[in-house]
This record gives sequence, C-alpha cells and structure tokens, in this order.
Amino acid sequence: MTTTTMESHDPRLLSLEKCPTGIDGLDDITNGGLPRGRPTLVAGGPGCGKTLFGIEFVVRGILRYGEPGVILALEERAEDLSRNVRSLGYDLDALVESGRLVVDYVRVDPFEIEESGQYDLEGLFLRLGDAIDSVGAKRVSLDTLEVLFTTFKNPGLVRAELRRLFQWLKDREVTAVVTAERGEGALTRNGLEEYVSDCVILLDHRVRQQVLTRLLRVVKYRGSSHATNEFPFYIDDKGFHVLPITSAGLAHEVSSERISTGVPALDAMLQGGPHRGSSVLVTGSAGTGKTALLAHMAYASATRGERALYLSFEESPHQIVRNMKSVGLAIAPLIEQDLLRIVSARPTMHGLETHLALMHQTVEEFAPRMVLFDPVSNLSDVSNHADAKSMLIRLIDFLKERGTTAVLADLTARGNESTDVGISSLIDTWILLRDIESSGERNRGIFVLKSRGTAHSNQIREYLITDRGIQLRDVYAGPEGVLTGSARDAREATDRAELRIQRQSLERLRHDLAAKRQALEAQIEALRARFTAEESDLTLRIDQESIRLAELERDRRTMGARRGQAAPTDGPEENGGL
Amino acid sequence: MRPQDAQAEREPDDSNGRWVLKLYVAGQTARSIAALENLKAICENHLGGKYTIEVIDLAQNPRLARTDQIVAVPTLVLKLPEPMRKIVGDLSNQQRVIVGLRLDQKLTT
Repeated sequence: MTTTTMESHDPRLLSLEKCPTGIDGLDDITNGGLPRGRPTLVAGGPGCGKTLFGIEFVVRGILRYGEPGVILALEERAEDLSRNVRSLGYDLDALVESGRLVVDYVRVDPFEIEESGQYDLEGLFLRLGDAIDSVGAKRVSLDTLEVLFTTFKNPGLVRAELRRLFQWLKDREVTAVVTAERGEGALTRNGLEEYVSDCVILLDHRVRQQVLTRLLRVVKYRGSSHATNEFPFYIDDKGFHVLPITSAGLAHEVSSERISTGVPALDAMLQGGPHRGSSVLVTGSAGTGKTALLAHMAYASATRGERALYLSFEESPHQIVRNMKSVGLAIAPLIEQDLLRIVSARPTMHGLETHLALMHQTVEEFAPRMVLFDPVSNLSDVSNHADAKSMLIRLIDFLKERGTTAVLADLTARGNESTDVGISSLIDTWILLRDIESSGERNRGIFVLKSRGTAHSNQIREYLITDRGIQLRDVYAGPEGVLTGSARDAREATDRAELRIQRQSLERLRHDLAAKRQALEAQIEALRARFTAEESDLTLRIDQESIRLAELERDRRTMGARRGQAAPTDGPEENGGL
Repeated sequence: MRPQDAQAEREPDDSNGRWVLKLYVAGQTARSIAALENLKAICENHLGGKYTIEVIDLAQNPRLARTDQIVAVPTLVLKLPEPMRKIVGDLSNQQRVIVGLRLDQKLTT
C-alpha cells in the first residue's frame, strides 16, 4: 500500500529521467535537464544561439558528464564550427582526437543536386548511426535539419524521413538537441514541433533601445514541471548562460556581522552599519552625493583589507579617483594594491545579458567582499524595467549567495521614495539622500528608510560633503520645522544669543541672591554683637543687684540680733537668695 | 554489389572524354538495383563505352558517405567531367538524368 502511494505521488518524476545540459541555469529551469533518451527541439531565429546551444549540450556532456557525443552540422563547415567554438575555450579537435566526439559536417547544396525518381535519406541515418557507434555517443546535436527542406524538392518525403529519424533516435536512446528555424506564426518554419514533442525550447532575441537582449523560454516539457517564464541569457567567452531567478533562491546564509560604511555617524544610525552580505540601496536625486557615499563604503571596505568592486555606469575610473580625492578619499593607492577595482561601462554599450556576464565574470575572478553599482537606474536604459528588475534580483541573489555585500545607488526623481527600477523590496538597508530646500538654499539630508534586522535611527541628519569626507550633523528641529544649511546656522546663532542673555540673567539672579544672603548675614552678625553687648551689661547689673541683695539681708539679720528676742521666723527670706 | 565489384564495367580509357560515375546505395534494395540498371541503360545509350561506374554500398561502409557528402540514397555522383553533379533517386526519370549528367550538351557537340 505504502509503495503504491509513493509511486502515485509523482509518477512523472520516477519515469522521466533527465539529462543535465551543464548549461548554466538551464538545468534549474528544467528541474534537471532535458528528457534523457529523447529529442529536444530548440527553435529560434537566425543568430539567436541555437547552434551554440547544441554544441554546448554535447561538449559539456563530454567534459562534465563523461558522455561522448556527436555534432551533426548541416549549416556550418566543420572547420568554421571548430574555430567558432575555440573562441569559447572548447577544443573540438582535441575532443575528436580523444575519441569522445564526432563532428560530421553535412553539406547539401541544392544547386548541385538533381532529382530523378524515388529516394530516401538513409544516407543521413547511416552517417549518424556510424558516428554514434564509433564513440558510443549518448548525446547528439542536429543543427539544423531544416536545410533538408531546401535541398530536396519533396517536402512530404523530408517530413516522413524526419519523423523516422526522431523515432530512430529514440530507439537508440540518445538524447538529442534538434535545432529549427523559428516560423511565422508557428513555432518552427517547417512544423518540426509536430515530431519532436517531448521538450521544446524557444530562443529569442530582441532589440530594445538599440541593445540586444537574448531570451530563453521552455515552451513545453512533457511529463515534467518547468519554469515557464522568459529568462534572459547571454553568451560570453565561457559559453551559454541562462540566469534564472530560481538558480539563486533564498537559501543563502545570513551574517550578523556589521560592516562599517566609513561614515561613523551613519554607522551609529544603523547600529554599527549594514550586515555583511546584505544589500544596501542608496537613493537620491541628482547631486545628492550618492557616489560620495558609495566611495566611502568602498574605501572603508578596501581599507579593512576586503576587496571592493566598484561598477560605474556613469563615470570613468579616473574621474572617480579625482573626485573622491577632493572629498578626502585617496583611493588610488587602494587600486594599486588591488583592494579596489573600478570598472566603468556605459549601460548602452551592451545588452543586459552582456552586463550580467561582465559582472559575473569580474565577481568570479576578483572575488570582492563588496560590490557597488553606480547607478543601477542606468541599466533600465537598455531594457525595460521588468528586465532590469529581474536582472537585479538575480544579481543580488548571486552576491548574497557568496556573502558579498551589494551596494546599489539608484537615481530617483526628487522627493520620490520609490526607486526607478522598483527594487526596493529586494533591499535590506535603504538609505535615502534628499534635498532639503528652504530659504533659497538646497541642502542635503540623509535618513535610513529601512534596515532589516536593525533598530535603525529614525532621524534625518544633515549630510555634508567636506574635503575631509562625509559628515553628518544633527539637523535643527525647532518650532519652525527642520532647518538646514545657513537657515540652520542663522537659527542657531539666534539661539546662541538668546541663550547668552538667559545665562546672564541667571547669573545676575544668582548674584542677587548671594548679595542678599550676605546682607542678611551681616545684619545677623550686628544683632548678635549688640546682643552680646547687652548681655554682658545685663549680667553685670545682675551681679551688682545680687550683691546688694545679699548685703541687705545681712543688714536685716544684724538688726534683728540687735533687737534681741522676738525675732520673726521668716525662713524663706533667711535662706533667701535671688 | 560489393565495393570491389564496383570497378569499371568497361576497360579504363585514358582519354579525357571518359565519364567517371559513382553510385551510392544503401544495401541491396529494389531501389538500389533499379538505380544501377537505369544508369547502365542511359550510359550505354549515350556514352557507348566511355564511362566507369563505381557502386558504393553505404550499409557496408557508412563512413564513405562523408567523402561525397551523401544524405539521400541512391545518389549518383558525376565525378568527371567537372563540375561535379549529384542526382538523387532511382534514376527512373531518364530525361532528368540526361540533363543532370550534361549528356544533352554532349550530343549537340
């Protein structure tokens, strides 16, 4: 019972074995690769990369998965093919010599062929079969069979033979990539999708704003789940790369380590700085000092001995070096020590995928701990916002996976708190630079709009770019609102004056109090002196009176004694005293 | 029809006027046999003894298909006189074979 449920849980996954292509990102989109032992149709217009797709599938199969392969080329000369892919670092001749690859160039020239009577394409089958057998091929690239339709005048026959070919390939259990020209209103010009129906991949390229963008979509994948979006891809000197959002995912480890921005006051606003490996967005309108802030962060990183990669889409490296010197950052020595690298590229120079390629390559090679983009908004010049956004998502995820801090500058319209490319939701820390305009002056304010995992400051600070770097000041927040610049200076001067007056009056009061106390004490002293005088006077008189009293009593007793007998007993008086 | 009996049907001739033909087939099929017979008939009619036919069976040696870029079978390849021409099919359409081998031009000269 249990096994039955297990099997019925997802029978497709159990029955469908996949053949990894080894092409960057494609195996993520297709959840593991192409259907093994079956042909896959790759359709696209001229120059969209079909041929390269087929070659990479076979060559990576040999190099990465140890599966020998056959490349049957009906359009290009074997030598041209060999030369073209050599620029991608693939040595087809060496693979052929090592007995793991057969490249068969099938040249069919309609002008030298006459038809007379019945025929079939068994010659092609025999050639292909021989090639497969000679190396034990598991993978085959057929590029492009449609040439047969122009060579032979009987399309019905070619169709029938192709149908037979695909069945034959299945019987031989080779995984094949079959390329086909894109058709008007149909997937392929000659309807090959009718015969190759297990997996269909569409390659496209579009020119937007004079720049080429390549796109890949899995149109159909029988018996398998797959991503259905269009994914930009690019072709560089390392081959074919598809960069799906899903390939990065959200599984990266997070760090709780803080890294300094190089501006101590800003670090304080962020409880020590942004987290390592997080993404920081710096937005602001033109001239708000985004580049200066990014340069500080790059400088701080490089000074810590952590490599920083500065990707500039506006200024040349020399310009940045010079400009940063004027704000007190000597970055030239850091560049010499290879701790800082500035790469400048005009966004319109390449399509998005080429930019991605450039960035990926440089990041792989230079291995920076921090990557700065100045500004990312320029990238949407070469594409639409959705493309630029999906590219940035992938880029940020790519950097997060590596634990590399990403710092992005983005130009915004004045006062606008949404970013041009709409990437704010991807961002961990968002620092906003803002113009504050008042009393005929424009000053800069900085505040932290959000910072995930941080109890960040909610204060607006004034942002000053001085020849000793960026400095933050507390803004003047008084009854008249937030004041900056000279208005703030004026206000502060007034405040200082008021304070001085206040202090003075307080001083006076204190003085008064002291004086009063002194006066009081003097009076007390005088009174005490008078009292002392009176006291001694009185004491003297009391003594004199006492003496007189004693004398009087003695006289009375003496008189009594003289009278003799009847002396009255008036005791108390006898014992008398005062 | 083995490659070794694909030798000349006639004695080789040193003259420049000799037609050198290769017939590629895949196995001893009815179509292969028909093609060879049709070819022989045409050659006899138009070239007399001045031709050689080499029959190559790709089922026996598929790699030989690469040399003359064979995809369809049967394919007749006119090696000489130049320029090279290919005629695919069982050669049942005589007129097309004659045009393909430029035998019509030969007749006018």
